Amino acid sequence: MKAALIVAGWIAAPVLYMALFPDSLVLASQILLMGLFALSLDLLVGYAGVASLGHAVFFGIGAYGAGLLAANGWGEPLSALVLTMLVAAIFALPVGLLVVRGGSLGRLMITLGIATLVSEAANRASGITGGADGLQGMDVWPLLGLFSYDLQGRTGFVYAWIVLTLGFLAVRSIVASPFGLSLQAIRENPVRAAALGTPVRARLTFAFVLSAALAGAAGAVMAQTTQVVALNSLGVHLSADVLVMLLIGGVGRLYGGLIGAAIFMVVHHWLSDLDPVYWQIWIGLILIGAALAAPDGILGAIEKLRSRKQVAW
Amino acid sequence: MSATFRYRALTLSVLIFGAIPAIADDLKIGLIAPFSGPSSDAGGPEMESGMRAYLKIHGDTVAGRKIVIIRKDAPSPAPDVARRLAQELVTRDKVDVLAGHIFTPTAIAAGQVSTQAKVPMLIMNAATSGILAKMPYTARASFTLAQTTAPLARWANKNGIKRVFTVVADYAPGIDSETAFLQELEKSGNSAAGSIRVPLDTIDFASYIRRIQDTQPGAVFAFLPASDQAKNFIKAFREAGLDKAGVRLLAEGGMVHPAISMTLDDDAIGTVSSHHYSDDHQTAVNAAFVAAFKTFSPGGRAPSYIAVGAYDAMEMLFQAVKMQEGKLDPDRTMQIWREMAWESPRGPVRFDPASRDIVQNVYIRKLERKNGALVNVEFETFANVDDAGRQ
Repeated sequence: MKAALIVAGWIAAPVLYMALFPDSLVLASQILLMGLFALSLDLLVGYAGVASLGHAVFFGIGAYGAGLLAANGWGEPLSALVLTMLVAAIFALPVGLLVVRGGSLGRLMITLGIATLVSEAANRASGITGGADGLQGMDVWPLLGLFSYDLQGRTGFVYAWIVLTLGFLAVRSIVASPFGLSLQAIRENPVRAAALGTPVRARLTFAFVLSAALAGAAGAVMAQTTQVVALNSLGVHLSADVLVMLLIGGVGRLYGGLIGAAIFMVVHHWLSDLDPVYWQIWIGLILIGAALAAPDGILGAIEKLRSRKQVAW
Repeated sequence: MSATFRYRALTLSVLIFGAIPAIADDLKIGLIAPFSGPSSDAGGPEMESGMRAYLKIHGDTVAGRKIVIIRKDAPSPAPDVARRLAQELVTRDKVDVLAGHIFTPTAIAAGQVSTQAKVPMLIMNAATSGILAKMPYTARASFTLAQTTAPLARWANKNGIKRVFTVVADYAPGIDSETAFLQELEKSGNSAAGSIRVPLDTIDFASYIRRIQDTQPGAVFAFLPASDQAKNFIKAFREAGLDKAGVRLLAEGGMVHPAISMTLDDDAIGTVSSHHYSDDHQTAVNAAFVAAFKTFSPGGRAPSYIAVGAYDAMEMLFQAVKMQEGKLDPDRTMQIWREMAWESPRGPVRFDPASRDIVQNVYIRKLERKNGALVNVEFETFANVDDAGRQ
């Protein structure tokens, strides 16, 4: 019964949204994609316990991968999506091997270092990436050869929603699998997990690769629907933003990334509309307030409220 | 209904719909530019003041339609943000024209919306060559780096300056200006003494200056658009005594614009640069523009080349609306813009019908202190330079 409700919700929500807010579909599809990106980070941070300040590297690889394919004559979006996920995963393998060697703070430094390296490399390689001018000349073919990208953003919205749904199902089954459970065991106590015979580094590296592939998917679809890629897609700023989204929603809870991305993006959008000059000051204040009021994110706060009620009854 | 209640109702509607509904007859301009963050100093507010200066001089109504500027903040070169803002401006706010853009990636992203929706767009800065080819409903009222840089190399050749050392910021616009400068230099058989690209966040130039000294060049060409970079580079250049050794300092005009590089000091006096606009340009049109601009700018400072791009975009918009008696048909509008020629505060300008880029004079200037303020005094003109730097 509960499962049926959730499935109905997943299908009804986008249809309802399209009917209610036909003029805000580009915003919505970007929320879905940032949600997928935050979800990929949740697999890494929330379930495997590996913190990262450079996750945008894989989002950016996905974006530039899809962008370069489309700019060089391969505009078919779905095959490009799969291919760029593979590229992100392959790139993540050596990075992951490096990252899992570090301690918790060391990992932050390694991921930050790699993020800096990759964004500077992309800036320098302006012959390939377009550098600060952005990658131009993308020609993305219609989705399935049928649906071209309309001004309203309907095709992009449905595309983003389907990719998010598939990504969500994948993460959901990963974290419930024996592999996912072993990740959580490692997160809780890596020494004990190792003593029980869990190959800690191999598991964490594999989680890193899976997470990178998902981040790459989010980046690829973002590039295909925007049709321009720029350096911001692999910058440290985006890595920090996605971490904040995840923290706002709640770490290690599947829906945390989605809720966090929605709140983060909508608040940004509204505030910058209301006050294009000073809105970032309000964002800063809200972030501080949110961290103090709900240290475990919104889902964490809801859980706390619920358990309090149960005690009272 | 109390005032507070009405205020709250208005706030609520603003929150829900994100915009104050404008009257149908208004002529709405969607302005996408940095209004917050580090790029806002020479960004959205500068453009808006340029537009307001135009409206102050020519009135805020054209062919019965009142101008309404809808500001959207795009603080960084993020195309996804610009695409979203442009799409909402077109479908929700129903703007008549898109405008703005400090950064090239945001111009390209919004340009796709302009193309798809057939909404004319006016670029007020974003100076990368060749981006308009795929945007049939976009025209650029600013400049390109090839346009402003190539004449400086021509000037160096003409004045027998040999062996120029180039120093540019290592990002796409820096590389654009380096390429344009070197190409023009080599046309007369002149050659570069050396070329360095420095990372964008460099502020210590000592080691670079030593490398320049070692090659004993005739002049140094620099394009370091960030304000503290320009100041520090010029300071290091003087401290090393390069100027006393007879090495001339040449700069792309954007680097030595006092209204933007506000940290520039007397060290920079004497720098020769090339650009399409100086607030010191001696015409009545420019005097009126500078006076009107100063009533809007913080501290009453003079307008920059970004403000003049915004001013001229308004001139283009007014002309198109006037000629169509209040309408703004996309194809007719583009036709009008292609054929336009007018007297801008920067000098006489016209459009290249093929590229939809502006053809304008590029001036060679020298930085001087005049009535207490640093200004670029124009002393030589390269007339009618096109977007590729040709005459």
